Amino acid sequence: MQTLTNRAKPVDRHPMTRMEKLYLPAIAKGMGITLKHFFKKKVTIQYPEEKRPFSPVFRGLHVLNRDEDGRERCTACGLCAVACPAEAITMEAAEREPGEENLYREEKYAAKYEINMLRCIFCGLCEEACPKDAIYLSETFAPANFKREGFIYGKNDLLIPDPVKEPELYQKALGSRAKKS
Amino acid sequence: METTLQGLSSRVKSKKENNFQKFEYINMIYLAIDLAFILEKLVLIAVIIVISLLVALYSTYGERKVAGYIQDRLGPNRAGPGGIFQPFADGIKLFMKEDVIPNSSNKFLFILGPAIAMTMAMLTSAVIPWGNEITIGGRTISLQIADINIGILYVFGVVSMGVYGIMIGGWASNNKFSLLAALRGASQMISYELAMGLSIIALLMITGSLSLKTIVEQQSAGWWNILYQPLGFLIFLICAFAECNRTPFDLPEAESELNQGYHQEYSSMKLGFYLFAEYVNMFISSALMSTLYFGGYDIPFVNDANLGQSIGHNWLAVLQAVSLFAKVGFFLFFFMWVRWTIPRFRYDQLMKLGWKSLIPLALINMVITGLIVLIKENGWPF
Repeated sequence: MQTLTNRAKPVDRHPMTRMEKLYLPAIAKGMGITLKHFFKKKVTIQYPEEKRPFSPVFRGLHVLNRDEDGRERCTACGLCAVACPAEAITMEAAEREPGEENLYREEKYAAKYEINMLRCIFCGLCEEACPKDAIYLSETFAPANFKREGFIYGKNDLLIPDPVKEPELYQKALGSRAKKS
Repeated sequence: METTLQGLSSRVKSKKENNFQKFEYINMIYLAIDLAFILEKLVLIAVIIVISLLVALYSTYGERKVAGYIQDRLGPNRAGPGGIFQPFADGIKLFMKEDVIPNSSNKFLFILGPAIAMTMAMLTSAVIPWGNEITIGGRTISLQIADINIGILYVFGVVSMGVYGIMIGGWASNNKFSLLAALRGASQMISYELAMGLSIIALLMITGSLSLKTIVEQQSAGWWNILYQPLGFLIFLICAFAECNRTPFDLPEAESELNQGYHQEYSSMKLGFYLFAEYVNMFISSALMSTLYFGGYDIPFVNDANLGQSIGHNWLAVLQAVSLFAKVGFFLFFFMWVRWTIPRFRYDQLMKLGWKSLIPLALINMVITGLIVLIKENGWPF
């Protein structure tokens, strides 16, 4: 029979020889292996001080994007909420008043936009559904919290900093996943 | 005579002038009860107990570090630099925990169990010579609490008392798992003590003395006993693992079979004492192995007497203690190294190894040693 890989090893079932029954050589061999591991380089990453870089396709916390003038892109169409398999997104729409043109890009905007991070499965379907490139997933994950309420992220938590007023923070929060438009 | 006079109080000195006969009598009593001697021994006992406890404390830290390193981890490193305050954090945690005594347990025995385990673990340190003599202010102080001429017998007596800690604790808990573990512990200890005793008898035939001090002195002068008794040492080592309930013989506390073993019902510092007694036992048996087979406080590759003349008597004693502790440290590491390498035996395998392999081997070792000693003393008879 041909094996799929050449790594298969037949099980050795021969009765133990006198030397093997002593166990001591086998024990010495095992101790050698553990001693080798004792001096090996450790793989531990010291978490809070040292962080592992995420891959560019990592799907972490959501970011509500703004356009280059600092206006919110979201128009509260609700497509993300419909696309969401975990039903983690809720929103309330409102109409843009005259004089708010510098705040909201379209005539309708999300007055309330909440994502429950305990429900979210970080699949990224909201990002795919969004016709306005208003939401995307960043490269950080939700930090721990003592209360359930702490995991419901509102607009304050999700909105990216204003690129006009706080360009440095904006660049930092942008990450590599945002669509450059 | 000089030391006796030093021990006299002023009260006795005033009487001395009046009645010489009475002086002689009191002198005899003070000869037996030398106050400075008692003080010196008390200090020595305190120092050795503190050192054993500290070593045991840091063995828990060492164990976790060694476990981590062997498993490609780092081990505890958060409490203090490199995690060196971890044992104190553990200790404080154990003290702060609620001390639960089960309702159905025998309360007196429940408390007695960990107390016996801890006391018996500490007692053995009394006969181990931690170094040669030091001289302070004209007094020669031996770095051994009691050089009794039946040292090894004393060790065996105390070690076999240690099993009562496990048995009483397991029985008093009134828990079937604890009881099973206690039974396992008792039968395991009895089985392995036999082989251990037999391996020691072979050693005694060579040394001709039961005093640990004499055994160390012989090794200082000649070769270490490991060269004469390699098989005996191997048997002793395996039995020491079994006596300390260390992996691969940790059946009394086999957590995957018996939940926790004999200390399942224990909490807070009572549990701490049981865990701690294990480390003290490890320390003491390491010291015992170093003393019996690896020259004790003898500094390897150096003639101790010559070194003592060049650097002084007291410094030599300090160096010797350091040498002993280096050996003990190696054995402690070895205990941990084995624990994180070898899986636990099955119970029948354990008994088979003890009764069918180690005891016959120890007997053969004993007979051969006896023959060689006889031939050496009387010549070849044929």
